[in-house]
Amino acid sequence: MAYADPPSRKSWIARNRLSIAPWLFLSPALIFFAIYVVIPIFQSLSISLYEWNGLSDAVYVGFRNYVDLWDDPKFWISLKNNVIWLVLYMLAVPLGLAVALFLNQTVPGMRFYKSMFFFPFVISQVVVGLIFGWFYNPDFGIVGAIWKSIYCEEVINIVGNVSVRCSRTPPDILGDPRFATYGIIFAGLWPQVAYCMILYLTGLNNVSSEQIEAGRLDGAKGWRMLRHVVLPQLWPATFLAVVVTVIGALRSFDMIAIMTQGGPFGSTNVLSYYMFETALSEYGFRYGYGSAIATVLFFIMLIFISFFLWQMYKEERRG
Amino acid sequence: MFPTPIQRTSAPSRIGYQVFLPVAMIIWLLPLIAIFMTSVRGLKDINSGNIFGWPTEFKLIENYIAVFEASPALMYLMNSFYITIPTVIVAVSLACLAGYGLSIYRFRLALPLFFLFVAGNFVPFQILMVPVRDFSVRTGLYDTIQGQVLFHAAFQTGFCTLFMRNFIKALPQELIEAARVEGVSELKIFWYVVIPLMRPAIAALAVLIFTFVWNDFFWATVLTQGETAKPITAGVRALNGQFVANWHLVSAASLLAAVPPVAMFFLMQRHFIAGLTLGAVK
Repeated sequence: MAYADPPSRKSWIARNRLSIAPWLFLSPALIFFAIYVVIPIFQSLSISLYEWNGLSDAVYVGFRNYVDLWDDPKFWISLKNNVIWLVLYMLAVPLGLAVALFLNQTVPGMRFYKSMFFFPFVISQVVVGLIFGWFYNPDFGIVGAIWKSIYCEEVINIVGNVSVRCSRTPPDILGDPRFATYGIIFAGLWPQVAYCMILYLTGLNNVSSEQIEAGRLDGAKGWRMLRHVVLPQLWPATFLAVVVTVIGALRSFDMIAIMTQGGPFGSTNVLSYYMFETALSEYGFRYGYGSAIATVLFFIMLIFISFFLWQMYKEERRG
Repeated sequence: MFPTPIQRTSAPSRIGYQVFLPVAMIIWLLPLIAIFMTSVRGLKDINSGNIFGWPTEFKLIENYIAVFEASPALMYLMNSFYITIPTVIVAVSLACLAGYGLSIYRFRLALPLFFLFVAGNFVPFQILMVPVRDFSVRTGLYDTIQGQVLFHAAFQTGFCTLFMRNFIKALPQELIEAARVEGVSELKIFWYVVIPLMRPAIAALAVLIFTFVWNDFFWATVLTQGETAKPITAGVRALNGQFVANWHLVSAASLLAAVPPVAMFFLMQRHFIAGLTLGAVK
């Protein structure tokens, strides 16, 4: 052992550099992330047990906010809408796959077409919301225009004034509690399908052509080929598409804020918007009650996050 | 390749595909085409109800100038740049360091900490809203550009770290081992060995974070109040109220808000897509 350095001759830092170094690299990100993300989560959980308007002192009320939530019809409407969003938003996954299959060809200009199809994802949801809000407008929008061309005719009265008479008035999609949520989700699907499409297009690039050819020799084609040969190989893309779609559905906020602000009569509220509206209400802030709504949303999301992390953990084990 | 390459199919379906492709694209982009056409219309068309027909006059430049003159759109746009660019720099830098720390060293907390970043990235914004807003008010960061930069940078660090850690993990570890045996210090290994290899990941993250932060609307609403610190997304909404029924101006303002991320996407397409797929789908 004569050639080994006696430990005492090296400084503590030199001896432990491999166990100190990771913390030095990590600390800036960790501190930052703790202040703005990790600690606020726990603060919110705690605020949900208080009644607090952000100005005066918070009053501890135990679980009363949650009891109130249970009896709050607006909360249940929001929760119901969240479920509708989750279910219908999932259509983005198969639709994205369909568009990707349609575009997975090599004809001149394909790169251009692919980027044009991806376009809607790049623009802000605020803009998407404005466009569709305008489309749905019964007086100025495209829905109204098409409707009028079918059900309306121009009438000229004796004096010569032109008026429009309709056998059925055009639907006010965003003004009708029965349709409003579906109208917003339809608008939201547009960029989300584009996102899923790009995930599948990159996935399709990776599908092994030998297996496809082998499948063709075995007489598989069309639907059977897709199900048994292609889809299994697309699993990483499908997994990611589902994850981003679930998160997108539960995070939906921008388009509701732009298109309906939760209305008419609270019928398009979802938990994320209802929370915002309650916590920063114009009739006085309700931080405690808002945080209780946020906590419910957080735990719903946590189910999906845990599933996602579990998949990643299995992957790590394998790798 | 799946589906069957169109070249190998019959002539009618080949021609059908070639014809249908541009038609499908136009239908898909109809909302954008409509809003663009509206943004070049004159007030005459809007008032006479000619909203979807061919414009009777083209007022492209006049409309866009009107938006800048009649509203603080220019300030909103500049605010968006002041918020987005520093956020990208801070978040990507922190994530390079953190990703390196999490992927190169073997220590017990490496995986739990990595999962903390991943999970934090997916939480609903509302669970952060009240504490972050309260913190910003108390520290004087409420209604400022800096306040938004700090929050976005911290939040996006989660996603960036996820990305960077996976990227560095896939690099050849022998390179780092070899440098360590040579006695190169940890910081120098990071700077001279790893960073040069991370360039594609840095580019991918930069364009992606730029788009995410540029398009943010929620935090712009929660963390600002007046006009001075509003980014363009929140600004467009305010303009929508101001330009009631002036669809041509609302359209022009909306398109202005969309231009920078769209330009970013078309300039850096390859990186953008690599980023979106988290590097998981290659």
